[in-house]
Amino acid sequence: MADANVRHERPLSPHIGIYRRQINMVMSILHRITGAALYFGTVLLAAWLIAIAQGPKAFDTVNTLFAHPLGLLVMFGYTWALMHHMFGGFRHFIWDTGRGFDLGTVRLLGWLSILGSMAATVAIWGVALRMRGMI
Amino acid sequence: MSTNLRPTASPTHAAIRTPLAKVRGLGSAKEGTDHFWKQRVTALANVPLTLFLVGLIARLAGSDYATVRATLQQPLIAILLLLLVLSGIHHMRMGMQTIIEDYVPREGRKLGLLMLNSFFAYSAGLTCIFAVLKLAFAAQ
Repeated sequence: MADANVRHERPLSPHIGIYRRQINMVMSILHRITGAALYFGTVLLAAWLIAIAQGPKAFDTVNTLFAHPLGLLVMFGYTWALMHHMFGGFRHFIWDTGRGFDLGTVRLLGWLSILGSMAATVAIWGVALRMRGMI
Repeated sequence: MSTNLRPTASPTHAAIRTPLAKVRGLGSAKEGTDHFWKQRVTALANVPLTLFLVGLIARLAGSDYATVRATLQQPLIAILLLLLVLSGIHHMRMGMQTIIEDYVPREGRKLGLLMLNSFFAYSAGLTCIFAVLKLAFAAQ
C-alpha cells in the first residue's frame, strides 16, 4: 500500500453488530473480558499480600474492604472470571491439538465452559461458606 | 515445492504455502511462535497454581491476622505463591499485549500502552513477590 493514511470509501465487512449472537462468539468475547478483568484484579491480590506483610492494622483495613458486601460481590465476580477464563483456556488447549473444530463440538465446549464456570464458582463459595458454618 | 508466490485470482493451499527458507526468518517480529508458546506454557502452569490460590483464600477468608501470617510463612505456600505470581504476571502481560495490538491501530498510542502494560504487570508482580518474601523471611 502506497499510503496507509489515505482514507478511501471502501465497503465494510459485516461486524459483530449484525450477527445473531452465538455461543462460541459470546465465549470468545467473555474470554477476553475476563482476562482483562483478571489483569486489573491482580491489584487485589497485591493489596492483600502487601497488607499482610505490612502488619495487623493494614490487614484489618483490607479485610474490612473485602468483607463489605460490595467487596464480596467483587470477589464473587473475580472467582467467576477466574473460572471462566480457566475453562475457556481448556477449550483452547483442546483446539491447540487440532481437535474439536467441528460446529457441534465448538458449541458443546462453549456451553460446557459457561456452565462449568458457574458451577465451579458456586461450588467454591459453597465450600468456603460451609467451612465457616455460614450455610 | 513451488517458489512462485505471486498472488493468484483464487489462491489454493499450495499457492499460499510459505517456503521453509522464509519460515526460518521467524516472521517480521523475529519471534516465531514464541509468544504463542509462552502463553500456552504459562496458561498450563496457571491452572494448578490458580486452584491453589483459590483454595488458600477460601481457607483463610475470615481468619485472624496471626493465622493468615503463619500460613503464608510456610515455605511450600510461599513458593507456590511466588510461582503463581511469576507465571500469572507473564501470562497476563502477554494477553494484554495481544488486546492492545488488536485494538490500538495508532503506532504512538500503541507503543505507550504496551509500555504501560509492562510497567503495570511488573509492578503488580513485584509487589506480590516482595510481600511474600518479606513474610517468608521474617521471624516467625
